[in-house]
Amino acid sequence: MGSIHVKGLGKAYRQYKNRWSRLAEWVSPSHKPRHQLKWVLQDINFDVQAGEAVGIIGINGAGKSTLLKLITGTTQPTTGGVHMTGRVAAMLELGMGFHPDFTGRQNAYTAGQLLGITSEDMAKLMPDIEVFAEIGDYIDQPVRVYSSGMQMRLAFSVATAIRPDILIVDEAMSVGDAYFQHKSFDRIREFRKLGTTLLIVSHDKTAIQSICDRAILLSAGHLIMQGKPEAVMDYYNAMLAEPGPQQIRQNLVAEGQIQTVSGSFDVELAKWELTNTKGEPLEVVTTGQTVQLKVTARVNRAVDQLVLGFMIKDRMGQPVFGTNTHHLKQTLYDLQAGQNIQFDIELTANLGPGTYSVALALHADHSHVGKNYEWRDLAVVFNVVNANHIEFVGVTCLPHRLTITA
Amino acid sequence: MSTFWRSIWAYRGFILGSVKREFQSKYRNSLLGAAWTIINPLSMIIVYTVIFSQVMNAKLPGLNATYGYSIYLCAGVITWGLSAEITTRAIGMFLENANMLKKLSFPRITLPIIVVLNAGLNFGIIFGLFLLFLAITNSLPGWVTLAIIPVLLIQVVLSTGLGILLGVLNVFFRDIGQFFGIFLQFWFWLTPIVYPVSILPDNVKQWMVFNPMYPLITSYQQILVQAQWPDWESLIMPLVTGFVLSYLGFKTFKRHAGEMVDEL
Repeated sequence: MGSIHVKGLGKAYRQYKNRWSRLAEWVSPSHKPRHQLKWVLQDINFDVQAGEAVGIIGINGAGKSTLLKLITGTTQPTTGGVHMTGRVAAMLELGMGFHPDFTGRQNAYTAGQLLGITSEDMAKLMPDIEVFAEIGDYIDQPVRVYSSGMQMRLAFSVATAIRPDILIVDEAMSVGDAYFQHKSFDRIREFRKLGTTLLIVSHDKTAIQSICDRAILLSAGHLIMQGKPEAVMDYYNAMLAEPGPQQIRQNLVAEGQIQTVSGSFDVELAKWELTNTKGEPLEVVTTGQTVQLKVTARVNRAVDQLVLGFMIKDRMGQPVFGTNTHHLKQTLYDLQAGQNIQFDIELTANLGPGTYSVALALHADHSHVGKNYEWRDLAVVFNVVNANHIEFVGVTCLPHRLTITA
Repeated sequence: MSTFWRSIWAYRGFILGSVKREFQSKYRNSLLGAAWTIINPLSMIIVYTVIFSQVMNAKLPGLNATYGYSIYLCAGVITWGLSAEITTRAIGMFLENANMLKKLSFPRITLPIIVVLNAGLNFGIIFGLFLLFLAITNSLPGWVTLAIIPVLLIQVVLSTGLGILLGVLNVFFRDIGQFFGIFLQFWFWLTPIVYPVSILPDNVKQWMVFNPMYPLITSYQQILVQAQWPDWESLIMPLVTGFVLSYLGFKTFKRHAGEMVDEL
């Protein structure tokens, strides 16, 4: 129960020259096609095993929502098909079909009925829904007096009232306020633990990386990559840079991780290392140690602006700390071809035990999305051990002071 | 086919809930609430009966009862109203629910069912009041009244078939909705509802064999005004037309249900 098989899936919309040509196509005895097909998704193949969590990423218009609609059966595919086992709950749009003049309770019943839940079952689920939505007495007020956040709370509570075998979520993570976001995310995690298969579309990197086992990258209607969320996210990130003369390479580095390197290489990273204060290369850092990140950039073609950015990520690919020379107000201007530039960054590694990586980027302006010269994920990988610090959990050791008054 | 019926059965809660909701939503924010469901049709019956029988003193040729013409008029207008409601609502149902169709996955066939049940409910109320009026004025035709049931069934099949067919087509060619509004007006006045068929000149009367509503409405008038069993043979034409339209309607619906969502 709970697997999804997508095979040769494609979706094309019919485009007619004008309204009359459709009529001509319908009534002409030969049924000669008078339309052109506009493909929005082509040749999508993937499998999701029961209990797996898969994230779908891609820029707007890449076909993510269409894919979910095809999977849920809202839209019919042009080619291929989807095979699913088990009960499916889809949250493509929360609060769809709420009638403003009816109370939250009545609307909850209707929303449940739309999911195929009978009224008797809804009556049993209703107390839990009320508790989870936490909208108090508003449950018996007409929905038109609800805030949008309250509508979302109610809609999410109804949609997840019964644990489905497959949960399909489209951008619904941003449900209501921060408190409810945590709560809804926790519920999704709990479903995961109980074996629910999850398929989620999100732009939220953290959400994808922390909950998904695998990510699928869509671009212009094609599935261009699938794999570990960190690797796919890095590739996606590289793709986000302004289209133009740039390459994206992915190399397999130690421990089966995938390194993404992208950019125009107008300026490239010539040399980079992590050293201690004496300039000796480091692979193991102790918590609280002062380290130096030494980066040499070589200018291949003259550029107006140059910014070096770095980001330390934890084992899950979550950023721990990152900034760039733009934010440090040391942007370099008007660089000539052939120049070599040396950057030295000194950091106090107040990091918790674990493996970390450093991503480096050379670009113009405040982020790599404008002009990306070189972006290199996993440029440096290092381990942190806690040798002479107090015992603590987490990725960072915050400065602290304890006072106990008896 | 069994999945078809199963999906309807699985969504019975949604169907009945939607019917209830639509019925309630009309009077949701009014003071008198459900009373309006009675007041509206009641006023219509009063207009037809009091105005025509008392004020205008209209009489049917060959019938002398006080309420003769009023009953004749109500028998036609109320039943015509059922057909008009089913077809016009069915034509607009996919467009009205465009948002839901695009965002949610549910059996689309529930929409026409909801339309028919809703129209049936509205009809039930007004027709019930009408029967009550007949009982009060002592003009109930007796056992013959039961003959209304099969005639109604034929009428519902006919209207539903036509409604679904035009409803699907209307998604692709929006002219159909516009056109049908006008067409319905002509159809109403070209059916002997307000006037008796006898006043039509012969060259117009011969065209009546092509009007499937004519034998249906005539049957109601026969049952309720003359207290006679309807001419069953005359109902074969609307029955066959109804089945043909329903077949075409469902076929068109099945073929284009997927494409429809892309067009909304």
